[in-house]
Amino acid sequence: MSDNSSKNGIMGWIDARFPLTKMWEEHLSKYYAPKNFNFWYYFGSLALLVLVIQIVTGIFLTMHYKPDGDLAFISVEYIMRDVDWGWLIRYLHSTGSSAFFIVVYLHMFRGVMYGSYQKPRELIWLFGMFIYLALMAEAFMGYLLPWGQMSYWGAQVIISLFGAIPVIGDDLTLWIRGDFVIADATLNRFFALHVVAVPLVLIMLVVMHILALHEVGSNNPEGIEIKKYKDEDGNPLDGIPFHPYYSVKDLVGVVVFLILFSVVVFFMPEMGGYFLEHANFVPANQYQTPEHIAPVWYFTPYYAILRAVPDKLLGVILMFAAIFMLFILPWIDRGKVHSIRYRSTSFKWLLGMLVVSFIGLGYLGALPLSDIRTFFARVYSIGYFGFFLGLWWISKNEKTKPVPERIQ
Amino acid sequence: MNKVLIIVATLLSPVMAWGVESTTYPNDEIEIDWDDKASMQRGARTFVNYCMSCHSAAYSRYNRVGQDLGISDEQVLEYLVFTTDVNGEKTKVGQLMKATMTPEYAEKAFGVVPPDLSLIARSRGVNWLYNYLRAFHVDESNPLGMDNSVLPVAMPHVLVELQGYQKAKKVTRVKRINNKDVEYEVIVGFDLIKPGSQSKAEYDQTVYDLVGFLDYLSEPYRQTRINVGKGVIIFLLIFLVLVYFLKKEFWKDIH
Amino acid sequence: MSSEVSDNDRRRFLTAATVVVGAVGTGFVAVPFIKSWNPSARARSAGAPIKADISKLEMGQQIIFKWQGKPVWVVRRDQKALATLSKVAENLRDADSEDSIQPDYARNEHRSIKPEYLVIVGICTHLGCSPTYRPNMIEADFLGGFFCPCHGSKFDFSGRVYTGVPAPTNLTVPPHYYIDDGLILIGEDGVA
Repeated sequence: MSDNSSKNGIMGWIDARFPLTKMWEEHLSKYYAPKNFNFWYYFGSLALLVLVIQIVTGIFLTMHYKPDGDLAFISVEYIMRDVDWGWLIRYLHSTGSSAFFIVVYLHMFRGVMYGSYQKPRELIWLFGMFIYLALMAEAFMGYLLPWGQMSYWGAQVIISLFGAIPVIGDDLTLWIRGDFVIADATLNRFFALHVVAVPLVLIMLVVMHILALHEVGSNNPEGIEIKKYKDEDGNPLDGIPFHPYYSVKDLVGVVVFLILFSVVVFFMPEMGGYFLEHANFVPANQYQTPEHIAPVWYFTPYYAILRAVPDKLLGVILMFAAIFMLFILPWIDRGKVHSIRYRSTSFKWLLGMLVVSFIGLGYLGALPLSDIRTFFARVYSIGYFGFFLGLWWISKNEKTKPVPERIQ
Repeated sequence: MNKVLIIVATLLSPVMAWGVESTTYPNDEIEIDWDDKASMQRGARTFVNYCMSCHSAAYSRYNRVGQDLGISDEQVLEYLVFTTDVNGEKTKVGQLMKATMTPEYAEKAFGVVPPDLSLIARSRGVNWLYNYLRAFHVDESNPLGMDNSVLPVAMPHVLVELQGYQKAKKVTRVKRINNKDVEYEVIVGFDLIKPGSQSKAEYDQTVYDLVGFLDYLSEPYRQTRINVGKGVIIFLLIFLVLVYFLKKEFWKDIH
Repeated sequence: MSSEVSDNDRRRFLTAATVVVGAVGTGFVAVPFIKSWNPSARARSAGAPIKADISKLEMGQQIIFKWQGKPVWVVRRDQKALATLSKVAENLRDADSEDSIQPDYARNEHRSIKPEYLVIVGICTHLGCSPTYRPNMIEADFLGGFFCPCHGSKFDFSGRVYTGVPAPTNLTVPPHYYIDDGLILIGEDGVA
């Protein structure tokens, strides 16, 4: 078949061999999304952007970094000082890792607020939770790589938690470390996992997450199903094609994000010691523990829960339970109404309690222990778990407001 | 909404209040002026002459220091390079700033290798360093003859010929621990008992210059970072205006 | 509606402007990543000029120095060797060093500052092997010089390549100058 327009010709050639136009239409130009996406709906595309930033900057860091106990720390300073623009690549990666968690936490919060995890989107939520887990593993292993004091001792503390598991604990930690203490063997394997294995898993999970979303269609702040009312072409009346409307809107979100991101990267990359911790500017010394070990800020809520419990094993169990609760949220919430806009006052109070508890836990997890802090950590832990228990309780016969049929 | 905010703030506030830290003397705060190259040059000179016998700055290169502080390669070689390599040839200007003492020798001499100081201003902070270097005082009970109120003494007071000898002014305070009154001593000042070659003001300036240099040493590309950042933000703000109007234009279609 | 037409123009303009500015921005972002591949300060420091001590170099002897990871030979040529330079000229591919790499002060028959000393990079211009110094090898047109064992390329006592061998150009002369009679700085031109 001959065609005068070369672009059509090329596209025709490709489409006969690969579903390019089909994919473009299915996921972008003819993917109908609700027209009422608000501020909370920017964070999905932003998370994808940060993933790309981390992968690209990570690849370039790997070109100069040396995953050897004797060379790792100095190779990072080599990147910062001797490699042209190395300091920028490093700061982009370190800021990106914190940005990833800020974006992901806000993205998850949107899901809780608008009931995006409810039927028929439970699988999207589950994939998302696996992404969250993979992200935490990725961040934890990445943090060991600079081989600073905090890298070393933070890893030492967290891996020794596995020692709390009865019977197999000690053998397990020995197996994870590959040595009797955190050593070069640990560094090298974490490097391989952080650079290759977990990124592959993350990319695969993100693809599945988006495919599952597109299969069912996006939720929205009103929590109503736009596919219920369609026009004569079969498109949702309250939906608009993702491209060009949301590509153009998300572009604004991207630029705003990049401005905030750049302010941190260029003017305060350490973020007061929260993004780049002061103790990590000292090379790892296995004979000298820093005064105060704290995990990076995005792990502090779970760390606070761990420390709040007087028993080591119980603390570990409760810490993992805190994450597990999120996994089973679609089944804890027995309610039928999706969005906070139409849910009961009790739900709003519970959500508020969750927010206050999570932030409070996070704040406390970064500080050294004291009696009063442990007391409040326990209060906030109860508040955190209380959200799930409370939600299970009230969602059975919830006093909800009538949900509209159409988006206004 | 306001009610929610008030409640949130109240619930979080008790936690915030418990951030009390103990204060040691001295406890001054300084701000380093990165435009004052002369100060940093003096600091570099102090560093190389007094500190680099034992401490390396081995992430930094001489010629980089020279370029950033406005010192030519020849001047760097003359005033800042006092080491030779294993063949006896004078260290080249592009090489790393290693201490005069090799780590092996230091380990034998001191039992521990004096830490590299390239990043000390990022791990300890400029205030800590400024106070530490002025906090040495005479203490007979110590094998080194001196102690330091900021960090229990771990090294000799290499700048003592400049500062002179100080003696600590102590005051007894009482604290209640476990329902018992416990007495403890607190250092509240220093008296100069034997002057050095510099007055207090001159010595404070010397230390300030040195700390300024260490601040530079910990992040030599800081000025570049800030300058590039300004350009990036300006570009992004212009781009933001553009994409905002693009969005508004397309969304005219939606009601 | 006339506004529809101008709307479309406006839309097209804004889209084009965004794409252009976006592309410029992407270009700016690419620069640091591309530049990060440049030799780092460490590589530049290791590639810094070296001092070659030739005070003990005997007549007819060759010393090999290392500069930027490459072998640099200093050969002290006697009168016999220097005399061969004009004799072999007709058998050379590029007797006047028009195509080869050398500083201006080495663009002469002896390809050096002082005729007595040859300073030359010991890497064959064919495929990168290091030729051997053969001052006494006489074979047909070859009156001594350097012979590359890999594929048989021959160079005269000034590193100039013979015809009929695979190497295309003369051996490279690096920038250098004499600090004094016994010391050469290899890697930099001297101040004129």
